[in-house]
Amino acid sequence: MDLFFTMVVPLIMGAAAVAGMCRRVDVYDALVQGAGEGLGILVKILPALVALLTAVYMLRASGALELTAAAVGPLLEKLGVPPETVGLMLVRPVSGSAALGVGAELMETYGPDSTVGRTAAVMLGSTETTFYTIAVYFGAAGIIKTRYAVPAALCADLAGFLAAAWAVRVVFG
Amino acid sequence: MAAVWTGMVLVSILCGLATGRGEAVAAAAMEGAGAAVELCLTMGGMLCLWTGVMEVLRRAGVIRALSRLLRPALGRLYPAFARDGQVMDSIAANFSANLLGLGNAATPLGIRAARRMAAATPGRANDGLCTLVVCNTASVQLIPATVAGVRLAAGCRTPFDILPAVWLASAVSVCVGILAARVLARVWRD
Repeated sequence: MDLFFTMVVPLIMGAAAVAGMCRRVDVYDALVQGAGEGLGILVKILPALVALLTAVYMLRASGALELTAAAVGPLLEKLGVPPETVGLMLVRPVSGSAALGVGAELMETYGPDSTVGRTAAVMLGSTETTFYTIAVYFGAAGIIKTRYAVPAALCADLAGFLAAAWAVRVVFG
Repeated sequence: MAAVWTGMVLVSILCGLATGRGEAVAAAAMEGAGAAVELCLTMGGMLCLWTGVMEVLRRAGVIRALSRLLRPALGRLYPAFARDGQVMDSIAANFSANLLGLGNAATPLGIRAARRMAAATPGRANDGLCTLVVCNTASVQLIPATVAGVRLAAGCRTPFDILPAVWLASAVSVCVGILAARVLARVWRD
């Protein structure tokens, strides 16, 4: 099983190439064009990351993050969530780039293979930028009365955070 | 976002001064920007490679194949629209693109479904529309390439070993979201 997850990238690359060839897709052209799109995404998030990582680094240096973690730490620990991830959970539903910045800083500080680093990564990977998504969909559909969409979506986020900490414990022991 | 950023900076300055860490805050203010560029450079390769591979899958018709596979199950989630072929096709394609992490492809598909669904109750989010939005705010992405890129940038040698944990957490999150929507649909008054 471990080998499968180590090999997942090359395996998917191979499968995509074979599937493309079978459908007579110009695989190489698609790959290069798609990679170009990735570059576009990167260029779009770089300025936001510059702004947000600056603020995140300042927050960390000022000790404000530790104070918040200490304030809600006991509650989070009871739920099995590392208190260091409190900043990540706060910004995740509001801004994708900010969450990426906070998460990257956590992985850098505690190490990508620490419990904190892994929990941060799983939290990022299993949740979305909730408020942005809601704004886009309801905006496009002309919805004014959003009814229970926001509370239900936040329930999903909260469940995702708790489940992320739990899943890291289950998978990595 | 403006208020969030301003708040973060002001809190850092005040908290730094109060705890006597003013110098550390000043040093950090000049570190973050460089760290952001570095992060983009180190995770950029991974991100580009992955959007490339996903484009190959998209052109090979994988979204369409997945949609056909998922449509019957998705019909049960949207009882009011199960007979509307156009809506269900868009929803299935939206979900499939989300599974592959193709956000740019998923959003227009989801919006197409949302517009048609909204026509049933103009200005007011009906139960189907709420479910669609909740499903899109919960992540179902199978291969979170950006996060893997960040882990790679932090020096991780096996950035994808979190996949089983991500799938577990995603599944819990989506199920709780849908369940919450179901429960709230019964008790919500407006």
